[in-house]
Order: sequence, then structure tokens, then C-alpha cells
Amino acid sequence: MSEPILKLNNLCTVFHTARGRFTAVDGVNLELFPGEVLGLVGESGSGKSVTLRSILRLVRPPGRVSGEVRWRGRNLLSLSEPQMRQVRGGEISMIFQEPMTALNPVLPVGEQIAETLREHTELSGNALRQRAIELLELVGIPSPKERLRDYPHQFSGGMRQRVMIAIALASNPKLLLADEPTTALDVTIQDQILKLLLRLKDTLGMSVILVTHDLGVVAQTCERVAVMYAGRIVEVAPAAELFAQPRHAYTLGLLNSVPGAGSTRRPLIPIPGAPPDLTALPPGCSFAPRCAFATDECTAQRPPLMDISGPESPAVRLTACIHHDALSAAGEVTR
Amino acid sequence: MNRWSYVLIRVLQVIPTFFVVMVLVFAAARLLPGDPLTAILGERATEEMVVKAKHELGLDQPLPVQFWIFLKDFFQGNLGDSINLKVPVTRLILERMPVTLFLTLYAAVLAAALAIPLAFVAALRKDTWADNLIRGVFQLGLSMPVFYIGLQLLTLLGARLRWFPVGGYGNTFGEHLYYLFLPALTLGFNLAAILMRNLRASILEVLQAEYVDFARAKGLRPSLILGKHVLRNALISTVTLFGLNIGGLIGGAVITETVFAIPGVGRLMVDSIFGRDYPVIQGLTLTFALLVSLVFILTDVIHAQLDPRVEAA
Repeated sequence: MSEPILKLNNLCTVFHTARGRFTAVDGVNLELFPGEVLGLVGESGSGKSVTLRSILRLVRPPGRVSGEVRWRGRNLLSLSEPQMRQVRGGEISMIFQEPMTALNPVLPVGEQIAETLREHTELSGNALRQRAIELLELVGIPSPKERLRDYPHQFSGGMRQRVMIAIALASNPKLLLADEPTTALDVTIQDQILKLLLRLKDTLGMSVILVTHDLGVVAQTCERVAVMYAGRIVEVAPAAELFAQPRHAYTLGLLNSVPGAGSTRRPLIPIPGAPPDLTALPPGCSFAPRCAFATDECTAQRPPLMDISGPESPAVRLTACIHHDALSAAGEVTR
Repeated sequence: MNRWSYVLIRVLQVIPTFFVVMVLVFAAARLLPGDPLTAILGERATEEMVVKAKHELGLDQPLPVQFWIFLKDFFQGNLGDSINLKVPVTRLILERMPVTLFLTLYAAVLAAALAIPLAFVAALRKDTWADNLIRGVFQLGLSMPVFYIGLQLLTLLGARLRWFPVGGYGNTFGEHLYYLFLPALTLGFNLAAILMRNLRASILEVLQAEYVDFARAKGLRPSLILGKHVLRNALISTVTLFGLNIGGLIGGAVITETVFAIPGVGRLMVDSIFGRDYPVIQGLTLTFALLVSLVFILTDVIHAQLDPRVEAA
């Protein structure tokens, strides 16, 4: 396998608030390879979005990011703010969940594309306009020339998401961070947007980190998946293997709690309990209080992320579950 | 709907409003206690003199006829003659209005010039000493009446330190700016306080918006994010507030002109109310109403310019 393009080393994001110290991202280690689509999944509040924002240093105070974000040989966390601005939108772009609130309501979309181009390219005047039209065309917006002057509220939800993607792609980034880009859309539009993202990834040669809580979206788009729980990565696996054979009790729980696409019907099994309070995490595995497999060993100390790729599996599989063997024996996922 | 038809509709909407104002003004002047004839002729006028004067002034006509004459004259630019000063009201107003307009506009500009940068400082340094100081000073200003601030400024900067003149208007544009600085500051201070508080709150709200995060994710410079994305959105509600308060500013001009001895329409208004000078009161009130209506239209147009969603609604 080639060298990773992005490497997160012990990434931590902590919020000091009046109510205590929230550890939203807790020692995340993750690698991303060129041209890869990595899914980052987990429940709400598991730290997926904060991880993305931490990469671009967009976490608002009182949040503080520590660790290392290795991007093309540099640690993004130690760059100056002006250097960081070159990276943001230039090398790494980000799109958000709700384009209605992420696009400025009082500026025409043409201007919102143009300002990114002005920041990251030498284009001006007519060339700039041409490039903006080209970008809208690229993301599949009909009659792009006429729509440059329109405002976000004049677009439909799916079209707005396309506009946001066009803005993100304005200066040919090498990495796209997509924060639940299809959650606010209905299912048919969701499918179109995901296909568009995959097509653009191939044409532009980008890598993508796709944050989602929707396992269907993961199955459709991602090559590899990292599962997050309470700010930590608990399992990393190629998507197909993860669905066939989850090796973390939490992943198993997630898969059992959503309907499968197959023809056989099975009862859905919800995960009991609720995600833990981030101000008071248990000392051991943070999933242990909700886990059917939990033993004393699990609550004693925090299990590390272990490499469990066997000789038969060429791709790297990581899990933070002590009982990963018991899981494969249980094999409860029926799909 | 395009921009111009929006403006046209707003203008048309003002016409009925203005008609109502005319009726009210006409009625109010006649409902005021006191009698212009007594004011003109004095307490000892004979019955004969009163009847004669009443006839000359047209006050013996039935009210609807008086109103009709009033309407007809108004649209011919004729606001009648002042009962006390015996000169056309139009001329009086035209002579004095520029001073008041200058003062009001000056005050509005000063208010905005104070409020916008300070609101930014206060919002970006929220809960620090700078924020508290700015808010404290304006809070003090808000809780004092206009004439009191005026008198204090006049005493300190005018009479004691002699930095500014204590009255008058000057002759050139530069002199106007200099002579009217204290009056304009006095008049604009309340408005500046209201605007600053509103804008500070809007800026804080807008800073939380996701499009600010997206703008940062695009790699835009902070100055561009603040000046373009934040300010424009934050100004939307402030502009409306600004427009609504200009009416109050024109009212405040009456007091300020009195304190600073400025020969504007404010003084004229006070004098004509005491003298029961109906034509002048009517003419001035209508002029004020017209001005305030114009400001409201202008506010709506600027609001629509800032917020494209307005026209769609």
C-alpha cells in the first residue's frame, strides 16, 4: 500500500466549559490513503464532526486541539494561521450537513464561489466567472450561467448541496472532508449526491473522509470504515469485511440496530442505554456499560486499538474490543 | 419581482398613510385647546374684530370646506401663511429645514460611525473590559435625557474648554460640521447606543452561524469574513432599527435645537405651537411625516438590498 496522505496521531479535542472538561476527540489515530473514501461512523455525539473540524482547526473556543495532523509532510496543528488558510479550501476542503445554513443567505452563489477562487487562485474578471460556471456545471447544476446571480434560498435542497460541493472543489483540493453531506436530503437526492461525490473523487483524484451515522451510506460509498464511540476509534476495517464480520461489540450493535437490505426480515435489536457523558467516561472501554459481552477485564482498563489482521486478510483490521474473537463466533449479524 | 417594482409598491403604500396623517394633522390643530384669534388679537378683542379676523383667515367656513382648501393648497405647494409671522409657511420651512436636515443627517452618520466599529469591538471582545466599558458608557447615555447630555457637553466642551462654539450654525460646509458637532453628538448618542446594542447582539448571533465556519473552511481572511459575511448579515436587523429611530431623531432635533440655539425648524415648531399658528404647525407636521415616510421607504429598500429573501416573501 502507498504512503498515507493524511495521518492523525493521538488527536485530542477537549472543551473546557463551566460544566467540566469534555473530551470530544480522545486520542484518535487514523490514516488516509490517496484516492480513498474513508467512512467515519458513529452515533450523534461520538466525535465524528469534531474530528473533521479538528483536522482543519475549525474548532471554536473553548475547544482545544492537540496531537498531530500530518498532511503531506507537515503538522497542520503547528502551522501559522496564514499558512493554515492556504490549506483550508486550497488543499483540504470541507462540506457541511445543512447547505441552507452553511451558505451565506445574503450573497449570490456566484460570489460565494468567486471569493474562494480569489483566495486560492490567480483568476480574475472573466476567467474567474468562467471557472465559476464550469464548477456549477461540474456538479450538475442546469443553466449555470444564469444561476450565478441566484441566492441560496432560490435553490432546492439537493441543488444547494451541489453548490456547496462546487465551492469546496473550487481550487482542486486533494482531500474533501464531508460532514454528513446527505443527512438533510431525501433518499433519492441523497443517492444522486453520493454518486456525484464518487464521480468527482475519481475525476479530481481526491481522497474523501465521509462522516455519517447512516450505515447504508457507508455501504454504498466507502472503501474503509472507522467506527467512533465516545471520542475514540473502536474499529477500523475495509467496508465489506466490517459488514460481513464486525469485530467490535459496538459495531455489531450498530449493524443489528438497522434494517438490512436483504430480502430476509429480522427483528431490529437496539443498543440498550445511551452514549456516555463525555465529562465522566468510565476508566475501561467506554462501551462496556451498554455491552452484552462486557467482562471485568473490559472495565478494568481502556483496551488499546489492536491489529487483528490475520494472514488470510491482506487489509489492516483494527479493533479496540477484547472480545473480538467471541464476536466472530457469535456472528449475530443476519443479512 | 424585481427591485424597482418593489420600490414602487412601497411608495404607493405610503399614499394612504399620508392621507391619514393629513386628516389627523388637520383635526389635531383644531382640537388643540386655545384659540388662534385670542393669540393674535389678545384678550381684549371686540366681537367685531374677532368676526372680521375669522373671516379673513377662513376659519368661519365649515370644517370639510377648510379641509378641502387645505388639501388643494397642499398639492399646489401652498401651506398657507403663518398667522403670526404673516409670511408663507412654505418659505419658512424651506428656509429652516436645511439646518434641521443637516443636523439630523449628521447625527445619524455620527451614530452609525460610533456604533458599527464599537459593536464589532464589543462583540469580538465579549465579556472583556473593552466590552464592559463600551456597553457601560452607552448604557449611561441611554439612561439620560437628550437635553441633559446636551447641556453637559455644552458646559464642558463649549463653555469650559472652549473647543466648540456654544450656538449658531456657521456659513460654510466645514463650519456647519464644526458648529453642529456637539448638537449632532447629543442628538445621535441615544441612537448610537441603541444601534450598538442591537448590532453587538446580531454580530454575536451571526458569528455562531454555520456559514461563518464554512467561510473559514474556504480559507478566507478574517477581515473578509467579518466585513463581508458577518457585518452584512448582522446589519439586516440594525438597518430596520436605524430607520425606525430616524423619526425619533427628527423629534429630538426640536429639543437639541432649543438647547444649542440653532435656527432650525425645531425652534419654529415650538414657537408656533405656543402661538397657535395652525398653518405652520400643519405644514411642519406634514413635512415631518413626509420625511419620516421617505426614510421608511429608504430603509425598506436598503433592507431588501441587504437581504435578498425580502423580495421573495
